[in-house]
Amino acid sequence: MAERALKALNYDPSDLWVLDEEDLEALEIGAGILGTGGGGNPYIGKLRARLAMRSGYNLSILPLDRLADDARCISLGGIGAPVVAYERLKEGREGLRCVRALEEHLGIAIDAIVCEEIGGANSMEPLIAAAFAGLPVVDCDGMGRAFPEMQMTTFSIYGHRSTPSVMCDLHGNVVLFQHAASELWHERMARACVVSQGGASTLASAPMTGAFLKKYSIPHSYTQAVSLGRAVLKARREHADPVAAICAQENGRQVFSGKIVDLERHLRGGFVIGEAKLAGIDAFNGDTASVMIQNENLVFSRNGEVEVSVPDLIIVLDVDSGNAITTEMLRYGQRVAIVALPCHSLLRSAAALEVVGPKAFGFDDVTFRPIEGMQP
Amino acid sequence: MYRLGIDVGGTNTDAVIMEGRHVLSGVKASTTEDVTTGVIEALEGAIAKAGIDRSRISTVMIGTTHFTNAVIERKHINHVAAIRLGLPATACLPPMVDWPNDLAEAVGHHTYLVRGGYEFDGRAIAPLDEEELIRIAADIRLKNVKAAAITCVFSPINAEMEQRAKAVIEKHCPGLPIVVSGDIGRIGLLERESAAIMNASLLSLAAKTVDAFAKALKDAGLSCPFFITQNDGTLMAAATVRSFPVLTFASGPTNSMRGAAFLTGRKEAIVVDIGGTTSDVGALHHGFPRQAATIVDVGGVRTNFRMPDVFSIGLGGGSLVRELANGDVTVGPQSVGYRIARDALVFGGQTLTTTDIAVALGKADVGDASKVAHLDRALAEKAHARIVQMLENSVERSRVSADPIPVIAVGGGSILMPDRLGDLDVIRPENFAVANAVGAAIAQISGEVDRVFALEKGLTREICLKQAEQEATERALSAGAIAETIQVIEREDVPLAYLPGNATRIHVKVVGEMGGFHG
Repeated sequence: MAERALKALNYDPSDLWVLDEEDLEALEIGAGILGTGGGGNPYIGKLRARLAMRSGYNLSILPLDRLADDARCISLGGIGAPVVAYERLKEGREGLRCVRALEEHLGIAIDAIVCEEIGGANSMEPLIAAAFAGLPVVDCDGMGRAFPEMQMTTFSIYGHRSTPSVMCDLHGNVVLFQHAASELWHERMARACVVSQGGASTLASAPMTGAFLKKYSIPHSYTQAVSLGRAVLKARREHADPVAAICAQENGRQVFSGKIVDLERHLRGGFVIGEAKLAGIDAFNGDTASVMIQNENLVFSRNGEVEVSVPDLIIVLDVDSGNAITTEMLRYGQRVAIVALPCHSLLRSAAALEVVGPKAFGFDDVTFRPIEGMQP
Repeated sequence: MYRLGIDVGGTNTDAVIMEGRHVLSGVKASTTEDVTTGVIEALEGAIAKAGIDRSRISTVMIGTTHFTNAVIERKHINHVAAIRLGLPATACLPPMVDWPNDLAEAVGHHTYLVRGGYEFDGRAIAPLDEEELIRIAADIRLKNVKAAAITCVFSPINAEMEQRAKAVIEKHCPGLPIVVSGDIGRIGLLERESAAIMNASLLSLAAKTVDAFAKALKDAGLSCPFFITQNDGTLMAAATVRSFPVLTFASGPTNSMRGAAFLTGRKEAIVVDIGGTTSDVGALHHGFPRQAATIVDVGGVRTNFRMPDVFSIGLGGGSLVRELANGDVTVGPQSVGYRIARDALVFGGQTLTTTDIAVALGKADVGDASKVAHLDRALAEKAHARIVQMLENSVERSRVSADPIPVIAVGGGSILMPDRLGDLDVIRPENFAVANAVGAAIAQISGEVDRVFALEKGLTREICLKQAEQEATERALSAGAIAETIQVIEREDVPLAYLPGNATRIHVKVVGEMGGFHG
């Protein structure tokens, strides 16, 4: 334990940002927006995080540049269908069991927890597990948004092998993935396991070093999500347009306002797959649009032409409040604004686009074009 | 033929007689403790004022904020045993975890987590722990809890465990009213559970209230059918309200907003309906209440009903005004409610209310002004400033752009509203005081289909949606809707994965104008 304590003190405790309840409220909004329709509703996660906070646990964030190069960090998140997580709430300590099982298997002590996916509920899951484990969460993540599959992290894209990994469910099942022949195999096996565990579990992946994270993680994710949430809260207070505030904060663009006129969703292998069709309102009166969904919003077309595609962020917002609407909360007749935000450059390399570009989701005729090049 | 619209608020009971688009008469009476007397007074007044033959009244529509008020004031609420079937799932968050403390206290902290529940594919999470249910039943008897709400994980997909648990509790607690969540809401455990608990807490009040309505109409010699308006502004049979009082939660605001739009002809506005106990604030867009996108807050609790985006604050004409020891003045949320005509100072009572403040400052002329002549001017000014601040805050919260749209003030308590609010003009339409009752009288009739369709043997999703729409339309027509006014307001399909037959749950709701509206 002495060795563990020394290792943990590679950072100065005063460097830690200990979250308070207001930070959590802002994070809920920001992570919801970055969820691009998926990643699960952060509300439930927020309640759990708040309950942990009120029970005396510290939820703390460690700045990426304060992380020691040889620190051992494991990424962790919920995996499965958002609609399941929204209905069949967790037992609560799935994440902690993942961390302990992985430590035990590898015979090491972990220094910090890393977020796989800042978008949606997975922004909260690492905080809850880390709080119970007495560890900080690093200010970074592997997606800068939400994606439907595990191999779609910058960690995997830039060479990290995510096995051995551990998956825990609410029944007390602990599954160790000793080795996967590829990241895709890991995803496939994990997905099959999630479905058998009821469609929503928690998974912790093999440790990464601090040095690797500094190079290949999406930096400052928690700072970004909390700032985004604060910008929305400020806009609401001042009766400014929250949609405009989101665009301004993240260098994005409002690409549509409309009403949902048709909605098709299927649950397939734990994914929500479908399409929302919209009829334009206000400045977009007379236009039609569609958003293709695979847990997240992936391709946005206006009048039949693709305008925004993954990995850039396509966000469906309540037109008035600026609240993000997750794909399972879409309803016929809703009035929404659609905003596109540019993704991090780590997601736009050729290697990244193979994994998280439109073709990786089966949109063979769609070529990724960064939204910065779009005609306004 | 005529229509009689009645609105039963916490303080006032209003009635209007309408013929086609014309308001023939509108009358306000005080809500009475027995409800019946106030309803009779209002409707007799309206019938007399319109000078019509009561046998030619074809329909009675009643809107009421009784149940919402009960939640907001935390009054007339039963203790509820909140039973959740789902362990080991859901242990991370107990029932009512996101409720305001005082409301959770009002229903008691009787929460029980039981092994059971379903996975998304219909497997059991755990077998239902019936022995635990029997122990819970004993606890319910011991604590004399008045109702139970049972919520099972994934009950919208499979209702069986909720029904089984209900049977077990019923057997061991004979006569206990029990609500199952699958009857109330959709997928989303916490919101559905909260709605079921609130519904259970209101059952005694619901039975009492519906009986009172029926008695009033009978005593007045009205034998035509009567309907009660629900959240989306459509009508439901009175008997349904006995079991599902929560479905009326937003009917008050919906009625007042539709009434305000109808009376002013304004399509874009913020409507503030100031009653005796609460004020409801919401925005009109294209003449309809703006619908909440996702989650609606009722008395501080999230629910997942489809409702207008309206919120209530505890400010009305009967709100209590109190001076604290430190000199601060508080307004509401407690109210003298329907006892205003007895308890307010200007009516000879002993309780200082917001109405007394308005009269003391010469802003309203109600009751006997001499009874408030003694009031400390500084206290009255402080209370008035607080009232204006509460109204401004709530209007600002509803406002979604900087455009200077008007504020429409309706409701009996609108004497509290200044002529301008911040930078916004205030409009008071003719018949402003009875806008709610007008909204009830123009309420639409709906038809609904909500069931599981098997997408097989050539049946596509589109065909099934179309079929559901036709059935819903037929139901609306047979309930009295006019064919050319029917429109679809809800259309939703939720696939039930991994069930045989490619099953999908389809929910379609259509609404139309009640026959006679154009007559």
